[in-house]
Amino acid sequence: MNFYLLTLIKMALTALVLLTCCAYAVWVERKVLAHIQLRPGPYRVGPHGLLQPLADLIKLLTKEGIVPSYANPFFYLLAPFLAVALALTAIVVIPFTPEFELFGVRTAIGLTDLNIGILFLLALSSLGVYGIAIGGWASNNKYSLMGSLRSSAQMVSYELPLAMAIVSPLLLVNTLNLREIVELQNGFHFGLLPKWNVFASPVPQALGFVIFLIAAFAETNRVPFDLPEAESELVAGFHTEYSSMMFASFFMAEYANIITICCVATVLFLGGWHPLWPAEYGSDLVPVVLLAAAGLMLLFHAAQAARRRKWDRFTFPVFGVLLLGLAPVFLIPVLKPVLIPFFWFVAKAGFLVFVFIWIRGTLPRYRYDQLMRFAWTFLFPLSLANLLVTGLVVALAG
Amino acid sequence: MNPTDTALDSRLQEIAPEAEGAPRRMVLNMGPQHPSTHGVLRVILELDGEIVTKARPDIGFLHTGIEKQAEALGWQQVVTITDRMDYLANLSNNLAYALSVEKLLGVEIPPKAQWMRVLLAELSRINSHVVWLGTHALDLGAMTVFFYCFREREDLLRIFEMFSGQRMMTSYIRIGGLALEPPRGWERAVRNFIRGLPEKVNEYEALLKENPIFLRRTQGVAVVPLERLLDLGVTGPMIRAAGLGWDIRKAEPYSSYEKFDFRVPVEQESDVYARFLVRLEEIRQSARIVEQALDGMPEGPWKADAPHVVLPDREKMKTQMEALIYHFKIVTEGMRVPAGEAYVPVESPRGEIGFYVVSDGGAQPWRVFMRTPSFGNLQSLPEMFEGRLIADTIAALGSMDFVLGDVDR
Repeated sequence: MNFYLLTLIKMALTALVLLTCCAYAVWVERKVLAHIQLRPGPYRVGPHGLLQPLADLIKLLTKEGIVPSYANPFFYLLAPFLAVALALTAIVVIPFTPEFELFGVRTAIGLTDLNIGILFLLALSSLGVYGIAIGGWASNNKYSLMGSLRSSAQMVSYELPLAMAIVSPLLLVNTLNLREIVELQNGFHFGLLPKWNVFASPVPQALGFVIFLIAAFAETNRVPFDLPEAESELVAGFHTEYSSMMFASFFMAEYANIITICCVATVLFLGGWHPLWPAEYGSDLVPVVLLAAAGLMLLFHAAQAARRRKWDRFTFPVFGVLLLGLAPVFLIPVLKPVLIPFFWFVAKAGFLVFVFIWIRGTLPRYRYDQLMRFAWTFLFPLSLANLLVTGLVVALAG
Repeated sequence: MNPTDTALDSRLQEIAPEAEGAPRRMVLNMGPQHPSTHGVLRVILELDGEIVTKARPDIGFLHTGIEKQAEALGWQQVVTITDRMDYLANLSNNLAYALSVEKLLGVEIPPKAQWMRVLLAELSRINSHVVWLGTHALDLGAMTVFFYCFREREDLLRIFEMFSGQRMMTSYIRIGGLALEPPRGWERAVRNFIRGLPEKVNEYEALLKENPIFLRRTQGVAVVPLERLLDLGVTGPMIRAAGLGWDIRKAEPYSSYEKFDFRVPVEQESDVYARFLVRLEEIRQSARIVEQALDGMPEGPWKADAPHVVLPDREKMKTQMEALIYHFKIVTEGMRVPAGEAYVPVESPRGEIGFYVVSDGGAQPWRVFMRTPSFGNLQSLPEMFEGRLIADTIAALGSMDFVLGDVDR
């Protein structure tokens, strides 16, 4: 009974946190892009635009959802549902922390502990194409159709290098369970360099990690591979006709996919919740120091006269004290074994999300044929070579 | 389809004849509302998958009737509508019109006004090229370059505002000189901008020039041979990117361009990348011209000594009877231009712009024909599109650098 109750609570929490993260990923993206591009970004709704996601949500909820008369209504409505459902489901297999005791039950932050976690993820990401393909086709719009065709071709092509890049670290750890994969990356070379799969001992998977990231950009339709929704060519690609929450579903699916794929990269290559350097050298103190520094910075800026604007006068001290109060929580011995790994996991995944945004602010877009050529003539052979070398070395060494 | 739209019908028939047994192709109506047609251009594309097999531009969505309107305005008033043809190169348009009318009038423009005109025309060239670069990069997916370019544009618009009180529709170059006396402190504003510019251009270069994705998107794309471009009446950076170093500033210098030292960049490839290189270098050369104009700006009056054309000073008007009469005549009936016709071409950022003005001796032009570069440049569209991918059409459109107001005038 306890187990079921706990799972239900965890489900609710995961859904809540993931959806909030998706919404704020949009905010973070807009802010980071804006600062790359010499502008302040969202600033009107709430302090520093912090309530912007909420405003967007209200706007999208209250808009009329239009189904074009020439669209196929069943598939037209099915597509966004499919896209968002599959994108949100993928998060269930991600383990965020090691197992711990809670009310006499062994559990972890993360919904399931599936022993075929990786296969499940690959299956879901393959199915994700359907949402886009069906949406583009059912809209009965030429731009949408082309967007969905591009997307299908792209996602199918990049699935191969993605899968190959995933298989290589699997050869090293010899399991499909994501939690075990992370646990096997424990420890440090020479007591300093973490034994993550990127730095794994027989064959470091740095190349595999790069291939995985590139393929992940294509899988999530991000710049420089954002052809399915290439604004300047296809207006908005597969979701040209969608409005209201149907559009929001596609949008949410995109960001949920980004978050998930960053989590997967963290698990597979970056050692999940393991810290960057050993705890003996004080890696446990990192969250405390970071939060305290952030809090102090906010308080310092709140004291500056130039910052005495309408919102900042109230929000800077409040957030500053909040962060300062949060810092010592990471020192509480009971919570430490959960919170510190969780922090490291979130930090790594968050950094990868930042890289996604950073790339978007930097690179132009590929052309369709170049994209396919890149996948088949460069990325695929490279991932294959990486896999073969890894396999050979593991077989010979093991 | 709307049955009354017969023009569209015939166009579609032309592009996609519904013949028996013919391969079925998709007809895509790109524009007039499309993110990268830069205004209201409409292109009807026939597609075989992603490959464009036929392309027909359809213009006229921004028809303003400016040519006809010019016949209903006074000579000096026409300057204001030349601004509205091309919102990125207003001062070049002003200059071209003023030069043509001044040729008819036979007015001598004092050196200071001539140098100011060169300086302003070159600033507007920088303005136009910077906006072109930003939007072109945005079309290719490089979003950040757009904002960097608009940072420079903002500085330029502030300078224009300083001169004329207007950010875009400046109408600063008038028949007989300039509209107003150059404002106090303009040298410093322009010099600050020009000093910082080369570094900014290096920044754009660093972002794009050797970026492998940008190279792949632009090199060898939308190549049209030089002969074809010349047949179609294409001018400006597009023919210079095809290997012909034709620049009216060098070929038929006007407004004392012969006194300035600058290079006309020429590339041979005639592709999108060559056009990018040419325009980027033109920004640098324009900056050089502006610097020379700043250093060697002659002293003297900023408008011609032609009382029948230029309004007299306030001071003179109040004190001298003759000036008062001229003032009264110019204001009430407008200045008169001797009968005849004139055409003085000018190198605008987009190519050759010229106003063929015909006067019957009255206070209004009898006819003003506008030879606009955008119209000529747009003629090369089908050549560039056909046989290429959709993504290339976007790159090609950007490389043409047309302004729709300039096409439909």
